[in-house]
Amino acid sequence: MSSTPRTSPEVGGMGHSIRRKEDPRFLRGQGQYVDDVVLPGMVYMDIVRSPFAHAKIRRIDTSAALKVPGVLAVITGETLAQYKLHWMPTLMSDTQMVLPTEKVMYQAQEVAAVIATSRYTAADGVAAVEVDYDPLPVVVDPFKALEPGAPVLRTDKPDKKDNRIFHWETGDRAATDRAIKEAAAVVRQRIYIPRIHVASIETCGCVASFNKTDGKLTVWMTTQAPHAIRTVFALVAGHVGLSEERIRIISPDIGGGFGGKVPVYPGYVIAVAASVVTGLPVKWIEDRMENLQADSFARDYHMDAELAADASGRITALRIKTVADHGYADAAANPSKFPAGLFSVCTGSYDIKNAFVEVDGVYTNKPPGGIAYRCSFRVTEAAHAIERMTDMLAQELKVDAAEFRLKNFIAADKFPYRSALGWEYDSGNYEGALKKAMDQIGYAALRQEQAEKRARGELMGIGISSFTEIVGAGPSKHFDILGIKMFDSCELRVHPTGKVLARFGTKSQGQGHETTYAQIIAEELGIPAAHIQVEEGDTDTAPYGLGTYASRSTPVAGAATAIAARKVRDKARKIAAHLLEVSEDDLVWEPGKFSVKGAPAKSKTIQEIALAAYTNHPPGMEAGLEAVNYYDPPNLTFPFGSYICVVDLDRGTGEVKIRRFVAIDDCGNIINPMIVQGQVHGGLTMGMAPALLEEISYDESGNVQGGSFMDYLVPTAVETPKWETGHTVTPSPHHPLGAKGVGESATVGAPPAIANAVVDALAHLGVRHIDIPITPEKVWRILKEKGVAE
Amino acid sequence: MARHTVQLTVNGAPRSAEVESRLLLVHLLRDEFRLTGTHIGCDTTHCGACTVLLDGVPVKSCTVLAVQADGRQVQTVEGLARDGALHPIQEGFMQEHGLQCGFCTPGMMLTGAALLERTKSPGEDEIRRAISGNLCRCTGYVNIVKAVQHAAAKMR
Amino acid sequence: MIPPAFDYHSPRTLPEALALLGRYGDEAKVLSGGQSLLPLLKLRFAQPAHLVDIGRIPGLDYIREDGGVLKIGALAREAALETSEVVRSRYPILADTAAVIADPIVRNLATVCGNLAHGDPANDHPATMLAIGAEVVATGPQGARTIPIAQFFTGIFTTALAPNEVLTEIRIPAPPPGSGGAYVKLERKVGDFATAGAAAFLVLKGDVVQSAGIGLTNLGPTPIKAREAEGYLAGKKADESTFAEAGRIAASAARPGADRRGSVEYKREMARVLTVRALRKAAGRAAGR
Repeated sequence: MSSTPRTSPEVGGMGHSIRRKEDPRFLRGQGQYVDDVVLPGMVYMDIVRSPFAHAKIRRIDTSAALKVPGVLAVITGETLAQYKLHWMPTLMSDTQMVLPTEKVMYQAQEVAAVIATSRYTAADGVAAVEVDYDPLPVVVDPFKALEPGAPVLRTDKPDKKDNRIFHWETGDRAATDRAIKEAAAVVRQRIYIPRIHVASIETCGCVASFNKTDGKLTVWMTTQAPHAIRTVFALVAGHVGLSEERIRIISPDIGGGFGGKVPVYPGYVIAVAASVVTGLPVKWIEDRMENLQADSFARDYHMDAELAADASGRITALRIKTVADHGYADAAANPSKFPAGLFSVCTGSYDIKNAFVEVDGVYTNKPPGGIAYRCSFRVTEAAHAIERMTDMLAQELKVDAAEFRLKNFIAADKFPYRSALGWEYDSGNYEGALKKAMDQIGYAALRQEQAEKRARGELMGIGISSFTEIVGAGPSKHFDILGIKMFDSCELRVHPTGKVLARFGTKSQGQGHETTYAQIIAEELGIPAAHIQVEEGDTDTAPYGLGTYASRSTPVAGAATAIAARKVRDKARKIAAHLLEVSEDDLVWEPGKFSVKGAPAKSKTIQEIALAAYTNHPPGMEAGLEAVNYYDPPNLTFPFGSYICVVDLDRGTGEVKIRRFVAIDDCGNIINPMIVQGQVHGGLTMGMAPALLEEISYDESGNVQGGSFMDYLVPTAVETPKWETGHTVTPSPHHPLGAKGVGESATVGAPPAIANAVVDALAHLGVRHIDIPITPEKVWRILKEKGVAE
Repeated sequence: MARHTVQLTVNGAPRSAEVESRLLLVHLLRDEFRLTGTHIGCDTTHCGACTVLLDGVPVKSCTVLAVQADGRQVQTVEGLARDGALHPIQEGFMQEHGLQCGFCTPGMMLTGAALLERTKSPGEDEIRRAISGNLCRCTGYVNIVKAVQHAAAKMR
Repeated sequence: MIPPAFDYHSPRTLPEALALLGRYGDEAKVLSGGQSLLPLLKLRFAQPAHLVDIGRIPGLDYIREDGGVLKIGALAREAALETSEVVRSRYPILADTAAVIADPIVRNLATVCGNLAHGDPANDHPATMLAIGAEVVATGPQGARTIPIAQFFTGIFTTALAPNEVLTEIRIPAPPPGSGGAYVKLERKVGDFATAGAAAFLVLKGDVVQSAGIGLTNLGPTPIKAREAEGYLAGKKADESTFAEAGRIAASAARPGADRRGSVEYKREMARVLTVRALRKAAGRAAGR
């Protein structure tokens, strides 16, 4: 389907690499990002933050700040407490502070907010606020947090006697225990995936404008899920008079989201409160350090993984016990019933009969979070665990990593496949993807080269990752956020001249929705994509939807688009039958027109039909040509891929150089190959970054390390290799277009390919595992220990 | 604290403003002149989202005082297209899918345009080094390199 | 990130600038390229009441050879050093160094003299200047004085410059026949300060080292001149075993602190590895390879 488009290039339906409709404004600097919004009388907010990770607040002295010329107000927890707005719920039904009244729980936590007439005076005001703290014992290590006698952090919860947030488990514990006990070979490893941050180049922020006269609140904000945010605001602030019909959330152009713009951050809520208090529009734009130090983190999973095989080299069982560090609140952005997200896809691409996983969520003195970093709810953690363990088991069994995978893959004829942990994989051809990757990179020749280099003492590694994703949340039976089912929507209107306006509950942050949704409509209706206007992000005009994250836009809203377009086509058929004076059954559809069976000259184009819908519609039929669909997916989709990475190690410095990286992805049918490739390039880079560079950590006092771009190492074009891509096409059987979603596959698949390559370079020295990020020093320590350092 | 009158040429047109000593050039452009195509992405002179051309040379406008630009030529993304026609670098980014969210794009394009002013046929490594002061989180840089090469071919 | 308020002065002559520095003393900071100072102000790590911008003083942006000396003026930018024809052909160690400082856009404004005057042990030029035996010219109200680079870095972020002086010129002796230099930096990514860096300058006669200079970056509270290793090299054959030993001796001069870039042990080892690599490259250049 993707290789031979059904529509002409002028129409630009599925399979065409049409150029992006959103680009002209961005290329001219006319994008409208949140910091570009200016309202009459607008004032600025800046935030005072805690230098301590855990401390009682004794006193906040705002008098000097209020004397700074231009400072209008200082808002504290006490201010918000008057309105009972000092705490708010998280998406995981936990609670977090908006502003503290008693104590701070992490370094960089919001303590007070200064409202002033300019950014500059607001910053001066922040510098003038004096806060007295009494430091409290800090809990940084999640394992120590679980020990008896550890200080209980959530003293706001009277019934809470420890720091455990949740215990979650799935799978057959007894059968898995038994299978591991009886296995011929078992590998065990503690794998840590540290805290990282999405670090979209645009930070978060908002402009909140409350009109006291009509009680209407309008908030321009960096959000991936504007509708859900509106409902959250209505639920949280209903008691102070905010009512959902008078709340308008506008998500303007977004400078990258990657999951970091899903949660409600305290800054947004304080800005809204500040606008209500001052009666003025309030702009709050966080700076980079605030963004890295206080916004939701991703990962922070400590996984004890075990993988077992029988004597024939078939994988028989997987067991993983995980401690998840959530910081001081569970502010993950998972579907409600999934406290560990979709981590249970951790059996990956392999036919494993027995599996059991358990996850304990833990409170520590760190910022809250547990969001994605360009991945579907905890899928990267799952993929890293299984792909690392698979390599380790192959190494243990002295089998080539590719051969071991080919032997253990779920066979292409076994789909739909029910995994041991309960997922129904819709479609796959894992062998096809891996073999294509091996061909493209020249796997056999590389192994030969590696053997020759090893003989000379040079260190070269080849790493494979054959991952399975799970995206498109999700079926309403299991998937909701705060009770709202995870459908998504399209509202489609065909104007009398045959042009289209389509609106969505999702929100692009660079994925190119204005182009790809138009292509879906072009595919279904034959109306040129150039004639289709796509709008998202304004809750006053767009239909309700859960937003864009976890690669759900194409699987869910993309399906809604196809269904809505088909509804329009059904009505168009009736109108065409009326115009051509034949029965509907006598009409044949090809993209763009209905013609009469056997008399192709007798036809009506979709444009003619659209005009008739307003000028000459059949008697008894409503005028107009429009449709709405709220799509409830019957299942998730399971994109997959095989990546092969080649690295060379510097024996002097321990530096890892990625020489080649081939990525074969399969996301089902492809809407726009150019955009898919771009998504893969970006995802690979965001997979490489945490594999080699990025990490946020804390010292024992809870001081954040890596909290600015000085130390949070977002890769430049120099560190980033030249990615080589390709694809196979295995359509999803249940998606109306056979598509699956691709924005995050590469972020999920890349880290283990890189880690496996580095370990492979050292495998002959007995190295089995290295935690990411694989820094030069980590490699050098191994080289030194093994006596091969330069 | 002292205020200063600055007079500069922005995208070919004379502009002036009365500014505080400490006002950063990026804020003069964005907040006073309402040229919001120049973005801000970090605090530490790393990301390059605020890149503009100062007398034809790429600089990070968050690390230049507005008063330092007094009497000088500033070019922003808004000045790239001429008479409605896109600059070759803009064409390149469009044709090669060199942008996704668009936030780093203005700075990236100005850096690329300045490179092509001094080199007609930059190689891949040269382009990668030239844009290494501009961070992009979306594209993985492959298509940005192609976009610059596309523009180079067009300008030759 | 918003800088605190200050007054801004933009003198048009050096004497005017010196007069302003004399008037405001410790309360003033010299603003040149601004690529180190402005980030510090934005983080409010420094709060000077006055900035004296020397950027509009004409005639200070030169890079030229003059009487057997390469002279680099106060306003010469890193980008100019990196692309200068005389530097690339005759002083490749300087081009090596300029090319790895911060990133290309920062280098369009950052000045070479500023890289020294800031006194930051993480900056790259100090090691190179120590290796090649540069001198700096400090100009104050009493006129100009010349300071050998080895006496310039007095402590962490402190230099031999008086508050009322401006570093107006760097002087580098022209390379004698048979000489070569190189700078090697280990960095986590473009734009980062060095995990470690080493500069080496060798004068060879045949394959024997006549004299050597070695400087180390970000391996102690100040830039380090590895004197013992320099002394060891003199008179030795320029080969791998000599370089290996020189690397070991140079590393023993390192006094690194642990940070996100690496542990003390790792950095000390990198001092050795990078010194050897810099020597190897310098020797290659000296031999015309």
